[in-house]
Amino acid sequence: MTATAAPGTTPPGTAVPTSDVDPFSHEVLEDPLPMHEALREAGPVVLLSEYDVFALARYDDVHAALVNWQDFQSSAGVGLSNFRYEEPWRPPSILLEADPPRHDAPRRVLQKVLGPRALRRLREQWAADADVLVDEVLARGSSFDAARDLGAVFPLRVFPEAVGIPQPGREKLLPYGDHAFNAFGPANDLVAKGAPRVAELSGWVNEQCRREVLAPTGFGADIWAASDRGDITPEQAPLAVRSLLTAGVDTTVHGISAILYAFATHPEQWARLRAEPSLARIAFDEAVRWESPVQTFFRTATTDVRVGDVVIPEGRKILMFLAAANRDPRRWADPDRFDLGRDPSGHVGFGMGIHQCVGQHVARLEAESIVTALARRVRTIELDGPPVRHHNNTLRALESVPVRVVLD
Amino acid sequence: MTAPPPAPAPEGADVAMLRVTGKQLQADGVLTLELASPSGARLRDWTPGSHIDLVLPTGLTRQYSLCGDRWDPTTYRVGVLLEPESRGGSTYVHEQLQVGDLVGAGGPRNNFPLVPSERYLFVAGGIGITPILPMVHQAELLGADWRLLYGGRRRGSMAFLDELAGYGDRVQVRPQDEFGLLDLPGFLGEPREGVRVYACGPAPLLAAVERACAYWPPHALRVERFVAEDAGAPARVAPFEVELARTGTTVTVTPDVTVLEALSRVGVEILSSCRRGVCGTCETTVLAGRPDHRDALLDDDERAADDCMYVCVSRSRDERLVLDL
Repeated sequence: MTATAAPGTTPPGTAVPTSDVDPFSHEVLEDPLPMHEALREAGPVVLLSEYDVFALARYDDVHAALVNWQDFQSSAGVGLSNFRYEEPWRPPSILLEADPPRHDAPRRVLQKVLGPRALRRLREQWAADADVLVDEVLARGSSFDAARDLGAVFPLRVFPEAVGIPQPGREKLLPYGDHAFNAFGPANDLVAKGAPRVAELSGWVNEQCRREVLAPTGFGADIWAASDRGDITPEQAPLAVRSLLTAGVDTTVHGISAILYAFATHPEQWARLRAEPSLARIAFDEAVRWESPVQTFFRTATTDVRVGDVVIPEGRKILMFLAAANRDPRRWADPDRFDLGRDPSGHVGFGMGIHQCVGQHVARLEAESIVTALARRVRTIELDGPPVRHHNNTLRALESVPVRVVLD
Repeated sequence: MTAPPPAPAPEGADVAMLRVTGKQLQADGVLTLELASPSGARLRDWTPGSHIDLVLPTGLTRQYSLCGDRWDPTTYRVGVLLEPESRGGSTYVHEQLQVGDLVGAGGPRNNFPLVPSERYLFVAGGIGITPILPMVHQAELLGADWRLLYGGRRRGSMAFLDELAGYGDRVQVRPQDEFGLLDLPGFLGEPREGVRVYACGPAPLLAAVERACAYWPPHALRVERFVAEDAGAPARVAPFEVELARTGTTVTVTPDVTVLEALSRVGVEILSSCRRGVCGTCETTVLAGRPDHRDALLDDDERAADDCMYVCVSRSRDERLVLDL
């Protein structure tokens, strides 16, 4: 890839570094780190000529754009597609793809339903569920696949249950989420791959959001109870449930795979966690910083916005590289190292500002549960073969992480 | 890239401080304060109906509804009624507080959120207009069908009449010395579905609105009560101690640092994220002592429980807090 300081298409008279890289090509998705570094070093803003969008890759600029909902709107879509001109593939999210004031009420409701205080009642149950799963996996032998046997399994055991959707069909959540996150990118082969099942999966997911289908207790029921109080409308309630089912599964699957991959490749950090199990919480956020399961989101300029010396014109799309910000050496010492001694607070892997991941506490509790359960029994964990990446336009994902463990 | 990275921009105790940047008389006995971060940074986001806590230099804590423009991320505006009978908060603001002064701040928190509806009826009495003002702006922005009934003792004592003038017939201004008591039944009409009624003002007005809405559907009416003057301990400006129950360590927290920072200095790392009391990541269990809550997360009941705090912004009302760390 090349990054050259050539005059961009906009604005006249201002030179903006331009790059012809395709962030959604298989080559980049396999290993995006060199592209992240090139974009960070090219300047605060880089024009991506392939898609004619502006890219931000430095921590300060990504952080500033994330919190500035006034100038960087979400309701024109947080993917490449600009909803001002293009029809979304499904009715827009009332959270992710909304701005104040319409964003206010659904956000307020979900923030309470998924807040740290609401999760206290799940802590013991999830810890027990994690112990059961870890025992099952270890009973099969000392070699297993951390991504397939733990990462892809644990969230599907606990999260749909906590939402309150019926057992049959839960496996559909993974391909549905995978497609939803692909759909934030360009209409490439990854999107085409998911297209044949869109109608079937969307229909099934929408069906699970109905009050009659949801269990009488759980996140889903809590959302419907909020609509009974008038805090959101009955039309918004199923869309709020849909947000949980879309954004709450693949992300945690890949987040858990990421932390297990991190430990399998950093044996000294595993030893450190074993010596001090309370580090599990910090370890997960460090893994989210290091791997950034959600790599990117877009915004749209609501006005001519100045970033550095560049003015991004009103109406143009901005691609924020959360993953690049999370390894920006301007912000993080030795950013490529997975290090439990670091304070990862302030990473943008969950976003920042009014759209910051409303399920972040759920993700942390899931990861803490499974890592703690594993640390109780496993003395060492290491790779047992080459990991295999799963390509997605938005997610940094692992298909397979073969590991070998030594038990106590 | 080998240059050592700078430490993250320090926010520290600064997040919990505001500087008075404007003070303007709006009506007889009513002034507005404009407040900004001492560093000029973005303030915490807010929604109509929100209030902030101001910790005055006298140590008194007072709640004020935000009545500015949320699209301006660096300025809060609050309206303050002079209440000579009060315990001194409003008198201090009117007579002592100067542009340039620093005040402690908490929140914003919202116990009076504007819920989605296609039709709103707003009732405001006196200084109760402050939370309603951003609500009517927002209702207008959303294209909702709305009307406001605004009462006060005299026209000259009613704030923001100029800002409301642009809404024409949607706003009924009814000073008592010209019109008598507010005609609530006439304004509200028959109970019906699909209308949200919001009311803020003195207790007798709210009682009258509640009577008038007795036969309305559940949850149709939402009111904001002026809370009684805070009887709790004044917020501390002095240092306090934090005891870590699991290790027995005690840390002194001086006014210039947050609890999070003070703990970090003695090697106790607590995971945080927004460092603005918004996201909830740094929630810490409180075993003893009463926190001085400055976050934007806990509702009134949760605050009163005093069983947890967000150490990135919240402090202590007592000399000693015991945390489950």
